[in-house]
Amino acid sequence: MEAFRSFSRPGEPPSIGEYLGKERIVGTPALRKEGVAKVRGSARYIDDISFPGMIFGATVRSSIARGRIQKIEFGEGVIWDEFIVVSAKDIPGENAIALINKDWPCLAADRVNHPEEPILLLAHPDRHLLPKAVAAVRIEYEVLPSVHSMEESERGDVIVWGADNVFKKFLIDNGNVDAAWDQADFIVEGEYTTGAQEHLYIDNNGAIAAYTPDEGLTIWGSMQCPFYAHKSLVCLTGLPEDKVRIIQVETGGAFGGKEDYPSMIGAHAALLAMKSGRPVKIMYDRMEDMVATTKRHPSRTRIRTAVTKEGKLLAADIDFTTDGGAYSTLSATVLSRGTIHAGGAYYWPNIRVRSKALATNCPPHGAFRGFGAPQSLFAMERHMDRVASAIGMSPEELRRRNFLRPGLATATGQKISEDVNLEHLLARALTISGYSAKRERFSRENIRAKKKKGIGIAAFLHGSGFTGSGERYLNSVAGMDATAEGKLRVLVSSTEFGQGTNTILCQIAAESLGIDYDAVEMAPPDTGIVPNSGPTVASRTSMIVGKLVHSAAIGLRQTLQASGLLGESWTTPEFCEAAKTHVAKYGALRSDSRYEPPVDVHWDDQTYRGEAYAAYAWAVYVAEVTVDMLTYGVTVDDFVAVQEVGRVLNPTLATGQIEGGVAQGIGYALYEKVQWERGRMANGQMTNYIIPTSQDIPPIRVFFEEMPFGHGAYGAKGIGELPMDGPAPAILNAVSHATDTDFNAIPLLAEDICLRLALRQTVPVEAVAV
Amino acid sequence: MSRQCFSLHVNGECRMVEAYPMERLLDVLRDGLGLTGTKEGCGEGECGACSVLIDGELVNSCLVPVAQVNGTEIVTIEGVAAGQHLHPAQQAFLTCGGAQCGMCTPGMIMATVYLLKKYPQPTSDQIREGLNGNLCRCTGYMRIFEAVEKAAVQGQGE
Amino acid sequence: MRSHPAEYDFASPGSLAGVLERLDSEPGEWLPVAGGTEVMVQYGAGRLRARRLLNLWNIVDLRQITETSEHLSIGGGCTFAQLRGHVSVQEHFPLLAQAASWTGGIANQNRATIAGNIVNASPAADSPPALLVYEAELELISARGTRRIAYADFHLGYKKTALQPRELLLAIHLQKRFAGWFRYAQKTGARNAQAISKICVAAVGKLRDGRVEALHIGMGAVAPTPLRLRKTEEALLGTILTEDAIANGRRMLLTEIAPIDDIRSSAEYRRQVAANLLEDMLRNFAAKGNAA
Ligand SMILES: Cc1cc2nc3c(=O)[nH]c(=O)nc-3n(C[C@H](O)[C@H](O)[C@H](O)COP(=O)(O)OP(=O)(O)OC[C@H]3O[C@@H](n4cnc5c(N)ncnc54)[C@H](O)[C@@H]3O)c2cc1C
Ligand code: FES
Ligand code: FES
Repeated sequence: MEAFRSFSRPGEPPSIGEYLGKERIVGTPALRKEGVAKVRGSARYIDDISFPGMIFGATVRSSIARGRIQKIEFGEGVIWDEFIVVSAKDIPGENAIALINKDWPCLAADRVNHPEEPILLLAHPDRHLLPKAVAAVRIEYEVLPSVHSMEESERGDVIVWGADNVFKKFLIDNGNVDAAWDQADFIVEGEYTTGAQEHLYIDNNGAIAAYTPDEGLTIWGSMQCPFYAHKSLVCLTGLPEDKVRIIQVETGGAFGGKEDYPSMIGAHAALLAMKSGRPVKIMYDRMEDMVATTKRHPSRTRIRTAVTKEGKLLAADIDFTTDGGAYSTLSATVLSRGTIHAGGAYYWPNIRVRSKALATNCPPHGAFRGFGAPQSLFAMERHMDRVASAIGMSPEELRRRNFLRPGLATATGQKISEDVNLEHLLARALTISGYSAKRERFSRENIRAKKKKGIGIAAFLHGSGFTGSGERYLNSVAGMDATAEGKLRVLVSSTEFGQGTNTILCQIAAESLGIDYDAVEMAPPDTGIVPNSGPTVASRTSMIVGKLVHSAAIGLRQTLQASGLLGESWTTPEFCEAAKTHVAKYGALRSDSRYEPPVDVHWDDQTYRGEAYAAYAWAVYVAEVTVDMLTYGVTVDDFVAVQEVGRVLNPTLATGQIEGGVAQGIGYALYEKVQWERGRMANGQMTNYIIPTSQDIPPIRVFFEEMPFGHGAYGAKGIGELPMDGPAPAILNAVSHATDTDFNAIPLLAEDICLRLALRQTVPVEAVAV
Repeated sequence: MSRQCFSLHVNGECRMVEAYPMERLLDVLRDGLGLTGTKEGCGEGECGACSVLIDGELVNSCLVPVAQVNGTEIVTIEGVAAGQHLHPAQQAFLTCGGAQCGMCTPGMIMATVYLLKKYPQPTSDQIREGLNGNLCRCTGYMRIFEAVEKAAVQGQGE
Repeated sequence: MRSHPAEYDFASPGSLAGVLERLDSEPGEWLPVAGGTEVMVQYGAGRLRARRLLNLWNIVDLRQITETSEHLSIGGGCTFAQLRGHVSVQEHFPLLAQAASWTGGIANQNRATIAGNIVNASPAADSPPALLVYEAELELISARGTRRIAYADFHLGYKKTALQPRELLLAIHLQKRFAGWFRYAQKTGARNAQAISKICVAAVGKLRDGRVEALHIGMGAVAPTPLRLRKTEEALLGTILTEDAIANGRRMLLTEIAPIDDIRSSAEYRRQVAANLLEDMLRNFAAKGNAA
C-alpha cells in the first residue's frame, strides 16, 4: 500500500508540505477566491444586476402537454400597447436552441410538445405588471394525444418524437452473454427505477440581454457553459460570432441545471432586447424555475445476472431506459454515461447493455450532477445486494470477489491501468463505519423493534471528463496572461458556481508559475475575453482544464524567462514585476494551451468500445439508517464516504463537494419527488418539493485516498459528480436490510414503505430464479 | 394605492424610502436601497436566503410588507462586518468552506449571528435547529456547522 | 413576486381599538395581517384575493401572556417564538410549547402568531391538536364587545370558522389543570424541520386504578378541520388498556377520521399512521400512567 497516503477530513487541515509532492499551494486549503465577496453579500448574482433603462421580460407558456396552437388572444385589463411582445416570427435566425440537435424550439410556433413550453415573450418596465399580463394571454389549442411514461412511449401507440419516440439507443455487447446462463448456479433478475430530481439551486435561472447594432448582443447570465449559449445565440440571431458576447455572472448553484437552459433564457432575453432596443432582464421565480426548467432523467433499469455459488459474476444483461422529455436536448449524452456506468465497479466476463432514451410530453430532462450514472449505478448497487442475498453471501464479500482491478477490463473493454484498489477502499469504509458489528447487531435486534436499523454499502466508479472521444472533439483551450499592473490571470470559459473552479485553477496556476496564490486571479468569464476551455460539466475542470492551465502557465513562465526578464529563481513581486515589464515592452504577455488527447486513449463511437474515460474516481460509501415503524419515516444516522479521486487539490473544497453531493443523494433517495400531472410538475414550490434541511443530514464523514493520476493537473481526477452516485443505493440497501424487504425504487417515501410493510402491497415482478 | 414614505434604520443608518406599503421588505432592501446581499430563493418563507434581523429578531424579509417595519432597526448581511473587518461568523464561513455558491450564505450568516446571540456556545442540536429555516443545496451543511462552531469559539475572544 | 403592490391598500391603525373600528365600519372589507406568514405567501404567489389589509403586527394588546394561579391567557398576536420560550407555557402546557417549536423554522416562529394559525384554519396546523386537548377557550372581540367560545366549537368546516368579519381573535384561555397528566405529542412531516404535518397528534390523559379516567386526543390532517377524537376517547374511557382495548381504540379511530389524498401524502398512509400513533400513545399511557 505504499502508493497510498491518506488524510482525514479537514477539521485539522493538514499543513503545507504534508502532501504527496513538494507543492506549496496545490493540496492546501487555499481560501475560496470569491469567498470574501460571498460572505459579505457583495457578490453580484444575476438578479443583483441592473442597467439604466433596463426593462423586464416574462414568458407565456403552454398550459397543455401537446397540441396545435389555434389562436392567441390578448385579453382584457392589460394596456398591451405598453408591452413588447415577441413570438417565433420575431426570430431572425433559426428557431432552435442548438445543442446536439436543433429540435428544441426557442419559442413554439404552431405546436407545443410539453406543458410550460415557451410560446410568447412579454416585456415591460414595471416587472410587477408582467404576471397579470402573462395570465391575460389566452391561447386556444387543438389538443393532441400525449405520452406520460416510458412504458407508453415505448409502446408507440402515440408517436411524439421522430419515427419511434426514441432519441437515442446504445448497445454494449462484450463477450457472450447468452452462453452464460447455462453455467450459472443462480440467475437473479430485478427492475429498478429512479425518479426525476429537481436541481433546486438557490439562485433561480435568469439572464439580461443588451443589443445595439454596433456592438451586437451581450448576454449576462447565471450559467455553466458560456460557449454553449454563444453557439445557440449565433444560430438564433444570425449575428456573426464576434457580435455575440456571453458573460457569466456569479452563479448561485447549478448542478447541471444551468448547462442547457440558460441558452433558452438568454435567447428569450435577446429577442426582447433586440425588439425593444433596451436591456431586458428575465428572472424566473422559484415556481417558474421548478416547473419549466430541466430535471434529472427518470430511469428504469432491468438487470439479469448469472452468478456461481462461489459468488463469481458470469454475465449481466442490462436494459437501461431513460425518460428524456419532449425534446432531445442532452439526453443522448446522459444516456451514454449511464450506459457505460451500468456495469458498476465490477468485472463482467460477459456483459450486454441495451439502452434507450425515450420521448414523453414533459419539459426536457437535462444534465444533473452524475449525468445518467446515478441512475444506472443505483440499479447495479441494489442488484448486487439482491444477488448476495440470493446466493447467501454477504454483500461486501460478493463485491470484493468481483471488483475491477488493474488489468481487468470494464464493460467497454477498457483495461484498468490506474493503480486502483477497491478492496482497500471497502476495507477502510467498513472499519470506519463499524459495519460488520452493526450489521450483525441490527439484524438481531430488529425483529421486534419499533425502530429498525440497517446498514448498507455501495461501491462505484465515476468517469472523469467527457465520454469517449468527447474531449477530442471539444479541443479545449485555456490560457494565462498578465495585466498591465502585473497581475497574472487565468483565461478559461470554465465557470464558478460553487464547486471551486476559481480557487482550484488559481492554485494550479500559482503553483505552476512559482508565485503566491494571491497574485493570480481569474479573467472574467466572458466569451469576448477568454478562450473556449469547454463546458463546465462532467467533472472535467480540475483534471482536464487544470492540466491546460498548468501548461499555459509553464508557457508563460518560459516566455518571461526567454525574454530575459525572469531569472532562474524569483519571488512573487519579482515575477509580477517581470510580467509587468513584459506587457509594457511588448504589448502583451499571454500563453495558451490546447488539449492533446493522450496517445493511449482509443474510443470507437460505433461499437462503444475502448477507453470510455481517461480516468475514473472510485468510492465505497456506507449508510446507516433507522426506519420508524410508526411513521415509516427513514432517518440517515451516519454516512461514511471513502473515495479515491487522484490528488486532492484543495481539501476543504473537496470535502465540501463530497458532503454536498451526499446530501443531494440523500434527498434523491428519500425526499425529493417530482409529482407529475400530465407532464407538469404539480409540486413546484419549495414547500412541497422536499430537500433536506440542517436537521435531516447525518454526520457525513469524508475520507480520501490519494493516488495521483498521471494525466491530470498535479494528479487530479474528477470529483464533483462522484458523490451523487453512491448515497441512494447505499441508503436503499440499508433500508432493505432494516426492514428485511426489498425496496428498488427511489425516491422512497414513507408512504411507499407504509404500503409495503403495513398494507402488504406486493411488488411488481422481480423473480429470483434459481 | 399610492407610494408612502417609510423610515427604516438599516445597518445603523436612518433611511427614508418611498414605497407601496405592501412592497416586500426584501424588494425594498434590494431595489430601493441597493442592498442586494439579501437574496430571494423562494419568496415563500421556505429557504431563508432573505433572512435579516428586524429589531434583533431573525425574519424572512420576503414575507414582511414594508409597512410593518416602519421605524424598526434592520440588519442585513451588509451590516454584519465592521468595515474591513469581517465578523467572526463571516471569517469562519470563509475558512471552513461554509460558502460554496454563496446564495444561501448571507441568510445563513444572519441566522448564525442570531443563533450566537441566543446561544454563545451552541450545542450541535442548537446549531442544527437554529439553521433549520435556511436551506443550502451545495454544502450538505457540514462545513456550515463547523463554521458556526468556529465562530462561537472566536466570538468569545471578541 | 406575482402580485402588484400598488393594487393593495394597507392600513396600520396602531391600536386594537383602531383596528376594531375599521373592521366594524367596513366588515368583510379588510383582512387582518399579523405575522403575515400565511397572507404574504398568498400575496407572493399572486393568490391573495383581499385587496385591503389591516395591520395587527405588534399591537401590544394582542401580544400579552397573562396568568393567575389557575389560568393562562395568551394574546392572539403572540408568536410561536414567544410561546415556546414562555416558562408557564412550558410548564403547564408543554404540548403547546412543543407544537410551537414545530411550526416552521426559527425565522417563521419569530413572526407566525397563534391567532394566525388558528384563524387560518388549516387542518394540518400544528397548534390545534394541543389546544383541543387542553380544552382551550377563545375570546373573540369586536367593536361591540367580546364573546367566548370553546375552541372545539370554532372550526365549522374546511377553512370555515365561527369568527365573524367584525371580529378578531383576542386571546386563548387555558386552565392550568393538567399537572401530572400523561401527555403525548407527535408530528409526522416529510422531513425533520420546516415541514407541514402529514399527521400531528396531541393527547393528555389520566388513569385511576389502572383504568382510563380521562383522555383527550387531538389530531391534525385527518379531517377537514383539526379533530378532537371524541368517539375514540369515549370507547376507551373506563377501560383498562389491554391489547383488546387498544385494538378497539384503533377501530374507533378509523371510523372517526376521514383523511384525504393531497400533494403532501395519501389517505391510506394517514389512516395507517394515525392508527399507529394512537396505539403508540395508548401503550405509553398504559406503561407510564400519569407520570408524564
Ligand atoms: C415556511 C413556512 C413554514 C410553516 N410551517 C408551519 C408548520 O410547520 N405548522 C403550522 O401549523 N404552520 C406552519 N406555517 C404556517 C404559518 O406560519 C402559521 O399558520 C402562522 O401561525 C400564521 O400566523 P401569522 O400571524 O403569520 O398569520 P397571518 O398570515 O398574518 O394571518 C393568517 C390568517 O389569520 C388571520 N388572523 C391573524 N391574526 C388574527 C387575529 N388576531 N384575529 C383574527 N384573525 C387573525 C388573518 O386575517 C389571516 O386570515 C408555515 C408557514 C411558512 C411560511
Ligand atoms: S426568499 Fe424568503 S424565505 Fe426564501
Ligand atoms: S452554498 Fe450554495 S446554497 Fe448554500
